[in-house]
Amino acid sequence: MSALLKVEKLSAAIDGKTILDGLSLEIPAGEVHAIMGPNGAGKSTLSYVLTGKPGYEVTGGGATLDGEDLLALAPHERAAKGMFLSFQYPLEIPGVPALTFLRTALNAQRRARGEAEIAAPDFLRLVRAKSAALKIDFEMLKRALNVGFSGGEKKRMEILQMAVLEPRLAILDETDSGLDIDALRIVSEGVNALRAPNRSMLVITHYQRLLDYIRPDKVHVLAAGRIVASGGPDLALDLEREGYDKFAALAA
Amino acid sequence: MPAARQTTEQVLELERYKHGFVTEIEQDFAPKGLSEATVRFISAKKDEPAWMLEWRLEAFRRWQALDEPAWARVDFPPIDYQDAYYYAAPTQKAGPKSLDEVDPELLATYAKLGIPLGEQAVLAGVEGAPRYAVDAVFDSVSVVTTFKKELAAVGVIFCPMSEAIREHGDLVRKYLGSVVPVSDNYFACLNSAVFSDGSFVYVPPGVRCPMELSTYFRINAAQSGQFERTLIIADKGAYVSYLEGCTAPMRDENQLHAAVVELVILDDAEIKYSTVQNWYPGDKDGKGGIYNFVTKRADCRGARSKVSWTQVETGSAVTWKYPSCVLRGDGSSGEFYSIAITNNRQQADTGTKMIHLGANTRSRIISKGISAGRSSNTYRGLVSAHPKAKGARNFTQCDSLLIGKRCAAHTTPYIEARNASAQFEHEATTTRLSDDQLFYAMQRGLSQEEAVQLLVNGFVKDVLQELPMEFAVEAQKLVAISLEGSVG
Repeated sequence: MSALLKVEKLSAAIDGKTILDGLSLEIPAGEVHAIMGPNGAGKSTLSYVLTGKPGYEVTGGGATLDGEDLLALAPHERAAKGMFLSFQYPLEIPGVPALTFLRTALNAQRRARGEAEIAAPDFLRLVRAKSAALKIDFEMLKRALNVGFSGGEKKRMEILQMAVLEPRLAILDETDSGLDIDALRIVSEGVNALRAPNRSMLVITHYQRLLDYIRPDKVHVLAAGRIVASGGPDLALDLEREGYDKFAALAA
Repeated sequence: MPAARQTTEQVLELERYKHGFVTEIEQDFAPKGLSEATVRFISAKKDEPAWMLEWRLEAFRRWQALDEPAWARVDFPPIDYQDAYYYAAPTQKAGPKSLDEVDPELLATYAKLGIPLGEQAVLAGVEGAPRYAVDAVFDSVSVVTTFKKELAAVGVIFCPMSEAIREHGDLVRKYLGSVVPVSDNYFACLNSAVFSDGSFVYVPPGVRCPMELSTYFRINAAQSGQFERTLIIADKGAYVSYLEGCTAPMRDENQLHAAVVELVILDDAEIKYSTVQNWYPGDKDGKGGIYNFVTKRADCRGARSKVSWTQVETGSAVTWKYPSCVLRGDGSSGEFYSIAITNNRQQADTGTKMIHLGANTRSRIISKGISAGRSSNTYRGLVSAHPKAKGARNFTQCDSLLIGKRCAAHTTPYIEARNASAQFEHEATTTRLSDDQLFYAMQRGLSQEEAVQLLVNGFVKDVLQELPMEFAVEAQKLVAISLEGSVG
């Protein structure tokens, strides 16, 4: 089966400093892959380059989603094609209720795809159902997005956005950071509920702990800007036991 | 510049400022320039009583002795007061008695601007027809005022100022200049000498005005100034909500708009005054645009009287404007909610004065300034408590948002507490529209323009919600249009 996401020898720099250095990665439709690696390996950079954050310069290689060149598109166009990033540090949007934000985003994507905008009652029904599953109090969605939310609430809000926007490729950047064990379970259940044959996920994490909840099909080790090892779920356990040093040496 | 490109740019500019068209209509002008003869000409045109002419002439004499203020943080070439027309009016016989008599060109102009002058539609129960009364001022004259009869039935007077001077002389004489004295400042003094039209409102004791009142100001003639004068009186226990809107054609020259608005609020009365100011701001290089030099003041003369000013300022090349509250009556209160947006080369120096004279007076200031392009946006405010203003309280929140790297935001608050029981709070923030927030919104599918709009609307939300419902939506769109092309 051909890959949904295909990253080929991707190199990228910020302020002239190379962060990604010939990274290659393929994720077939329906699979969940995890990327692990030490601080500064380029994990977050990979997520930003794939979603189009300004400031990163692609110096070589490419990336396609379902065969379509991603790097030529603006961030919002990539979103409409189905790219979603669950941020490690979700941004606060003062004065904009979460519901408004979410509806604006959904309709912008629908318009970009030539679909009709969702009617208000349908939207509310959809969000009520999805937020209940994530144990998010619906009243909270009337508050300004992420303003004054706890770390766990912010992460649940990211997953809610993912559930509503229904991306084809979701990147979860350290979704486990700052979560206590109960919140981790709720978030993971939310993510697992979104697994589907036509949807792929890239889970970025430091720790094996998250992968107990979100079982990946494959695990990759990222060090010094490229994938230095790939394997099944057991690779994560090896890493946990042996640390990243062995793999950092592989990258050198 | 190649003609094709020039045309494209003009079209883009027109797209941005949708009210920039000119109405082709025959107009009467005063002879160009400013002299005692000009003042006499205007007074005669309006068929004013002798006392009004005397009042104007006195103002003109005083104005000649005054100097243009230089303290505001705005910069513009010297104004040649002799190189302008001080009176321009569509040629027509005596004031029209009904809509049928109004020049169709004018009706078409207001239709194009989206101003509802057809009260028949409302009276006939046409669905969706907004139900508020409009006084439409075109250059120096009011061309039509709607719903006058219905308002008169409950004792509310809503008419052009020139009509009020003729028909309600006692009320005008009693209150005109009682809030903003003739020689209060340079521009107010000029206005007192040459003011043309504006609205007059009187709400009798105990009456709650049954509908929103609004005045729509339009500058049309070239090389002319507009000097409107508005006076609103809420007698004891009365309530009125009033809104003004303003637009002008796009011209390369600068045009002066020097208005005076006076509000008088007696015991237990309340006035809510909203402004959506969208004068032509000039082009992206700062050519043309309106000089908006305006004096607005409310006198809370009575005990427990209330006033609130809400303003959305997006237009004008230069703005100099401080809607203020004199809190004279014990227990009176004043509010000021402001959104001031500057883009390209626009300059704004705007804010408010809360002058606490009576005991237990309260005031609240929420100011949201947004600067983009190469513009400059200054908040200037005064909060003062007189020795007798025991227990005076003020809360001020003053937020500035910067978009881009070449704009400026300034905050200049003056605070004077002359008694120990006054409590003043001042909070201020300055933030730049963050690239991270923009990216976050764009990652969810919003284009850059949509992301800026969403973030800015969030920033100004506290003020938008103070506007009457019909206008809040309009203002929200205006905010978006004013900031088009401000990022990237």
